[in-house]
Amino acid sequence: MALSIPYLLSIITFLPLLGAVVVMLVPGDGAKKWLALATTLITFVVSLLLWTNWQEGQAGMQFVEDAVWFAPLGIRYALGVDGISLFLVLLTTFLMPIAVYFSILYVDKKIGPYMALMLLLETAMIGVFLALDLVLFFVFFEASLIPMYFLIGEWGGKNRVYAAVKFFLYTFAGSALMVVAILIVYYSTGTFDIMKLQSTVIPPAVQTWAFLAFALAFAVKTPLFPFHTWLPDAHVQAPTAGSIILAGVLLKMGTYGYLRLAMPVFPQAAEQFGPLLAILACVGILYGALVALMQKDIKSLVAYSSVAHLGYVMLGVIAMNAQGVSGSVLQMVNHGLSTGALFLMVGLLYERRHTRMLDDFGGLWASVPVYTGLFLVVAMSSAGLPGLNGFVGEFTIMLGTYEYMPIFAVLAAAGVILAAWYLLTAFRKMAQGPITNPANDSSNLKDLNIKELIMVVPLVLLFFVIGLFPNLFFDKINPSVEAMLETRTAVMQAATAEQMPALQLAEIVVTEAK
Amino acid sequence: MSSAAMELNLNAVLPELVMVVAAAVVMLVDILNRGGRSVTRPFLPWVALAGVAVTAGVSLWLLGEPVSTFQGMLITDGRSLALNLVTLTGAALAILLSIRYIPAVNNQTGEYYALILLITSGMMVMGAALDLMVVFLGLEIFSMGLYILAGLKRSDLRSNEAAMKYFLLGAFASAFFVYGVAFVYGATGSTQFNAIAAAQAAGTADLSFLYVGIALLIAGFGFKVSLVPFHMWTPDVYQGAPTPVTAFMSIGTKAGAFAAFYRFFVTGVPDAQPVWGWALAILAVLTMTLGNLAALRQTSLKRLLAYSSIAHAGYILVGLATATPAAIDGALYYLISYAFMNMGAFAIVILLERQGEMDALSNRLAGLSKTHPQLALVMSVFMFSLAGVPPFAGFFAKFFVFAAAVEGGWSWLAAIAMLNSAIGAYYYLRIVVSMYFDEPTAETLTESPNYSLPITVTLGIAAVFTIALGVLPSLWTNLVETGVMGTLALR
Repeated sequence: MALSIPYLLSIITFLPLLGAVVVMLVPGDGAKKWLALATTLITFVVSLLLWTNWQEGQAGMQFVEDAVWFAPLGIRYALGVDGISLFLVLLTTFLMPIAVYFSILYVDKKIGPYMALMLLLETAMIGVFLALDLVLFFVFFEASLIPMYFLIGEWGGKNRVYAAVKFFLYTFAGSALMVVAILIVYYSTGTFDIMKLQSTVIPPAVQTWAFLAFALAFAVKTPLFPFHTWLPDAHVQAPTAGSIILAGVLLKMGTYGYLRLAMPVFPQAAEQFGPLLAILACVGILYGALVALMQKDIKSLVAYSSVAHLGYVMLGVIAMNAQGVSGSVLQMVNHGLSTGALFLMVGLLYERRHTRMLDDFGGLWASVPVYTGLFLVVAMSSAGLPGLNGFVGEFTIMLGTYEYMPIFAVLAAAGVILAAWYLLTAFRKMAQGPITNPANDSSNLKDLNIKELIMVVPLVLLFFVIGLFPNLFFDKINPSVEAMLETRTAVMQAATAEQMPALQLAEIVVTEAK
Repeated sequence: MSSAAMELNLNAVLPELVMVVAAAVVMLVDILNRGGRSVTRPFLPWVALAGVAVTAGVSLWLLGEPVSTFQGMLITDGRSLALNLVTLTGAALAILLSIRYIPAVNNQTGEYYALILLITSGMMVMGAALDLMVVFLGLEIFSMGLYILAGLKRSDLRSNEAAMKYFLLGAFASAFFVYGVAFVYGATGSTQFNAIAAAQAAGTADLSFLYVGIALLIAGFGFKVSLVPFHMWTPDVYQGAPTPVTAFMSIGTKAGAFAAFYRFFVTGVPDAQPVWGWALAILAVLTMTLGNLAALRQTSLKRLLAYSSIAHAGYILVGLATATPAAIDGALYYLISYAFMNMGAFAIVILLERQGEMDALSNRLAGLSKTHPQLALVMSVFMFSLAGVPPFAGFFAKFFVFAAAVEGGWSWLAAIAMLNSAIGAYYYLRIVVSMYFDEPTAETLTESPNYSLPITVTLGIAAVFTIALGVLPSLWTNLVETGVMGTLALR
């Protein structure tokens, strides 16, 4: 069973990059397409080794790789995976083949560069989740902008160039100050090692500024209200596969950044600004849901629902207690699967009808029952119906949030109701009622074929697996989350016990975790 | 070995000597062409390149123990040698770009290549100087050459204007510089960095005179590296000069002047850092911000790159405000990265130029990805790198320089610099947008560009190193490490 492969994480990270190079070099569109799909599938299979070789119950980083990258500043090429990042990596490698396969079926324009960019994006995303060094993390974090920028700008909808530029500049400007914060942290602690930073007492003055810079960068990425305005543009304009990846994985870089860096590395500042962030998260939940309710375009409805859903994830992260954080980790995966699936379903419909306006549909139950049935499951998963994945994550987050500050749990619960409302409204307009438009007739509209089912069914199965057996996942997530929280508590106690002078950067107390 | 022999160690000036000899060889080879024949003319660039290659070899061979000579007026150490590699890279790539370009501009190619080599030697002298008079010598050697090269196209009004403007303003700047030297000499009794520092340490220096001197020196240096408000000449000269000259100028002058700049401030007047640190920080903020804001509105690619180069001078200056050893390493890294990415960008401009023109408007790029996908791809690499996006060289360049600033307690300056790079991203991105997302127009480069092997090679080298230095920054630091670290231990 324990088949140990050296450099497993590097292989998972850079297989797509290798695939991208090969895709660029081989001639012929057909070969490019299938090579890209093969690369993502192989990457997925290899990443499953993380699951099979997992050291159950171990809290720390596994499969660690560590090498010097740039000695003068102590920058390291360090990769590792724990319960927090494991499922985000698997989510990425799982969604990629689906997105690529969808593109094989429906993208005709310049398939070579398209596939290469998708694969480059995969490398950057996996790298973000695996990096254990701040600089390495930042490099992957920023590098993901370039492929996404081209994917939106070249293969997107009508307003794609505006959306692409906005996406790039927003996120680039948002993370500009993070570079300075990374450097400030380095010079006050002497390390870029993320895990070591989590167990280091950082002076309060440094914490405040660094936290704000990190929080801004991740708030733009997540996106947290009011930094979300790039998201609807980018989502709506991106090609379907791009939306799947953008919503499914890319946004998680922001919440993951909070969870891995901003909150545990700067605990005091995080505690201080926690309520403010929680307010923003709640505003995002309610605002996103209300705007989603107003949308006439299904895709922008899903886009705004992301703003709302990421608000829950943020609440759990901000709560910084076991339930909140574990729930958030699972909810990140859930949102990736559910919203990815929603974009996929919308994309499938769009390829048939070339419209996404709710008013153009109606009566789909009768004409395309398989599609409609699956759409209902996907929508319910997104709305958090018990028995499906979304419920488990949201409920756990609510518990954590209630423990943190009950008022936020109440507000978030209101968001759950709104979510059910806008998703069901959309479903009603699309599926129920009589067929008013002949284009929706069963003679004109084909139901899902086997190729399309191959993409949708695995997602739907996972909804049930997570919804019915959440402990399969929590068992791996919880130890790492608990360890992180223990370290955090220890660091905060050490900070108060030592009574460090506020601005004395030199005195740094490193407390051992546990 | 006696101390007198130590003082005249020619090893210390070996790279410069080789360069000057190479320039002489180029001129000798050119003599064979008299009388309208041009038998040897095609070989001139290769002779020049060989000179550059030998000099680079000598520089690498000399790495190790620092050697000083001429009573400590000049030193060959890791920093000066690393700087040699930067200027030599610039010179080599500029020569490659010139092979096709220059004969169409001016027939006197012999003088051209000889001047390129002499200019490079001047820049190298600046990197090695430990005395303000030697700095001035280097400054004038390379400036004189560049005045001539800027006006190389005698029939072109813009080129004439560029030369004239550059010369007049350059002469002013030199006057400021010399005046500053005089003040510093008056205040401390010496022009040698060590002695200047010693006079301050001993308290014998007249501080008010010294500060006036430093201010004048900043003006002189500031002109050469085009800091705001001494930058007025830059866009016109960049636009008017033949493009390979512009490319060379943008890298070489920055490298030479910053090297001398850094060395003077770090070793010559470290005690006055609280004063000039603030002055330089303010200049850096002005330079970055104005450079970037002006670049936003340019349609001429050469003017855009001119303002971008002003902004980059501002970034490099950020490290100097702190004047720590790390800042020197960072600045060197910045310069070598800038050499590759900026040379690459100028190589593209050359390909975009119409016959007989020495500039291209940005609409030449519209839809370039459809007509010339490879060109668009490498240009994007250079643009992303100039914007400072990882994983390209420009990211680590900024990271290292700003790291030094943060280490020295200038976090706010680094923050302003990073916000500036976000502004910069806008106009670099606009070029990428135009290449990829605009449809080709009548202006777009559709004809097969004037590809020649040397330009292709230049683009290849520039792109490969722009990526390599972004992925493996230790490539460069390992190369110069022994020397750089040795120097820092020394002073």
